[in-house]
Amino acid sequence: MEKEPHQKHVLSLLVKNEPGVLARISGLFSGRGFNIESLAVAETMENMVSRITLVTTGDHSIVEQIKKQLNKIISVVKVIDLEESPYVKRELALVKVRAKPEHRAEILRMVDIFRCRVVDVSPDYYTVEVTGDEDKIEAFLDMVKPRGIKEIARTGVIALSREKKTPGK
Amino acid sequence: MSTAQTVRLHPSPPETREAETGSKAMRKLTGAQILFEVLREESVECIFGYPGGAVIDIYDELSRADVRHILVRHEQGAVHAADGFARASGKVGVCVATSGPGATNTVTGIATAYMDSSPLVVLTGQVNTSLIGNDAFQEVDIVGITRPCTKHNYLVKDVRDLARVLKEAFHIARSGRPGPVLVDLPKDLVQSSTDYRPGEAVNLKSYNPTYEPNVKQLAKAVRLLRQAQKPLVFAGGGVVLSKASDELTRFARAIHAPVTTTLMGLGVFPARDPLWLGMIGMHGTYRANMSTAECDLMVAVGVRFDDRVTGKTDEFAPNARIIHIDIDPTSIRKNIPVAIPIVGDCRRTLKKLIRMLEDENFEGLEERRLPWLRQIEGWRASMRLSYEQGDVIKPQYVVEKLHEITSGDAVITTEVGQNQMWAAQYYHLNGPNCFITSGGLGTMGFGLPAAIGAQIARPDKLVVDIAGDGSIQMNIQEMATAVQYGLPVKVVILNNGYLGMVRQWQELFYKRCYSCTEMNHAPDFVKLAEAYGARGLRATRPDEVEDVLREGIACPGPVIMDFAVAREESVYPMVPAGAPITEMLLV
Repeated sequence: MEKEPHQKHVLSLLVKNEPGVLARISGLFSGRGFNIESLAVAETMENMVSRITLVTTGDHSIVEQIKKQLNKIISVVKVIDLEESPYVKRELALVKVRAKPEHRAEILRMVDIFRCRVVDVSPDYYTVEVTGDEDKIEAFLDMVKPRGIKEIARTGVIALSREKKTPGK
Repeated sequence: MSTAQTVRLHPSPPETREAETGSKAMRKLTGAQILFEVLREESVECIFGYPGGAVIDIYDELSRADVRHILVRHEQGAVHAADGFARASGKVGVCVATSGPGATNTVTGIATAYMDSSPLVVLTGQVNTSLIGNDAFQEVDIVGITRPCTKHNYLVKDVRDLARVLKEAFHIARSGRPGPVLVDLPKDLVQSSTDYRPGEAVNLKSYNPTYEPNVKQLAKAVRLLRQAQKPLVFAGGGVVLSKASDELTRFARAIHAPVTTTLMGLGVFPARDPLWLGMIGMHGTYRANMSTAECDLMVAVGVRFDDRVTGKTDEFAPNARIIHIDIDPTSIRKNIPVAIPIVGDCRRTLKKLIRMLEDENFEGLEERRLPWLRQIEGWRASMRLSYEQGDVIKPQYVVEKLHEITSGDAVITTEVGQNQMWAAQYYHLNGPNCFITSGGLGTMGFGLPAAIGAQIARPDKLVVDIAGDGSIQMNIQEMATAVQYGLPVKVVILNNGYLGMVRQWQELFYKRCYSCTEMNHAPDFVKLAEAYGARGLRATRPDEVEDVLREGIACPGPVIMDFAVAREESVYPMVPAGAPITEMLLV
């Protein structure tokens, strides 16, 4: 039987904004050996409801089991499998790049090409803010890695489904 | 699904409560008072517990409340007793423990209930809200510790949330797939007051179990049922929890299909019915296990295809299309692929199926089934459950005699191991809620406190704990509880001086290296019973067994009956771990 490749899978969870919800969800993943690639959580416009955007990996049956187990959690209001239809994916990274005088121009060119922003300047470092999908962030990092990356902080993926292009249905 | 009652069952004496102007009137009550108001609204008649500093206010209020309290001797006993009560009555079991070590002592009991989907509300005391997180005296993060083994849990931080949380706890515990819910109550919260309005309904938007089955799936199921030549009905604990024993029985008879159950499902189908195959799985009967290999349609109701049942999953029911009915979607297609998954309450689903089957023309059904039933009878004839009774008492003989003397009518609790398996194999049941055992977690020490809880739930019934000499010592202190409250539970110890099931594995798979399984220093159980103020009886020869059983059962109070049984008897059939269930060791 051919083994299905383990795809990254983005799930969007609406959860009650209560203490312990995040612990229960991460406990579910660790307890059952499921994988969390990244996790981002924040409030929504709805009172007492937060959105967790979670990236996991696994074959079809594992992802099915993950979705069912998440649904079972009392504080989880809704489990949305973003892979089921087109969606917008973004991530933000703050990257501290070593900026020696002879490399500054080149780095700034990269920043321009990737449409990022320099948000901090010091004699030796630029801190660059990069926003985009994973491919863009990886590409930027690849370009500046030869210069030296001192530190990096990433948010992990956030995502929302795309709305239907044709009105009503 | 039930909602909180607004009618008071036991009117309170006027001098201990403020005067009411109506049942929905708002009153200022302490947290402790609110707790007992909610217990009353939830029709809780009995709670099991053990006091301590963090719950002293609860216990103070208890002295003025209408609810009965059973004082145990270990918090683990309180949880198991509440669990036994729940399983015997179909109601939510309630227990109380103090903070710190009291709370941690409940964890095994909670995990036991979680694995078997028992509805419990576990109330634990907690240090003052201002001290939480400060490594205070008798403080533990019990909510953190029990997160993986509770259906849900709460730490109440504001007394204004208390009533809502408690009502939600009961609702969550008993609905959907039941389970234990823990509510952690800080001491200062229990002492402080707020306005309380009775009878407010539970509103949990994020929790909506599916009770009604999908009609299209049912139609597909009926089509398969029409075609099946060798159907098999496979029922489990979900049928007990759904109170669907009648529907299960009618369904099986309507399609004239043989029935097997898991350990947790024993009793949902009458053992005396000719369609009964016996239990399935690692220590199931030969014909039940062989039937799964040959059946072409398996109707699985309220089961989760646990590894004790399936054996090697790749080779489980290889010729069958499976219809899987369960209220919990996570149980469906977790271990075994199924052709027709049906999420829903077992009882409602079976009722609908029976009605749909009435429209079908099942002419000549009994004749169509004859070859299948004959094949099964062949298996039964070739390999029955058996043992040889010689000069030494055989443990199976004790269980058989017990069954005979009680006409299969007792409520049986068990400990874990060989005692549990022989109880399952030889105590044939004719109704549900009469076999109370720790199936999922396999907790030694469960049986005695569970028997206490079951006796409270069913005061009219004979309650017997079938135990081993190892297991009974794990919560033996609860004999004091049984004696204190005059609960006439009967403990039958199958005493072989070994940790029997482990010894069996060591015999079969570890070249008889009995490492640390010989229990040579057990107490004299007869003297121990008497030390607790109970009756103690012993049988050492087969001809004494019946007399001891009869005398013990006739005794008006709690009894320990110590049966010195054959030391190296093993449970057969046995499916070795990882093997398909058709490959049984038979001798």
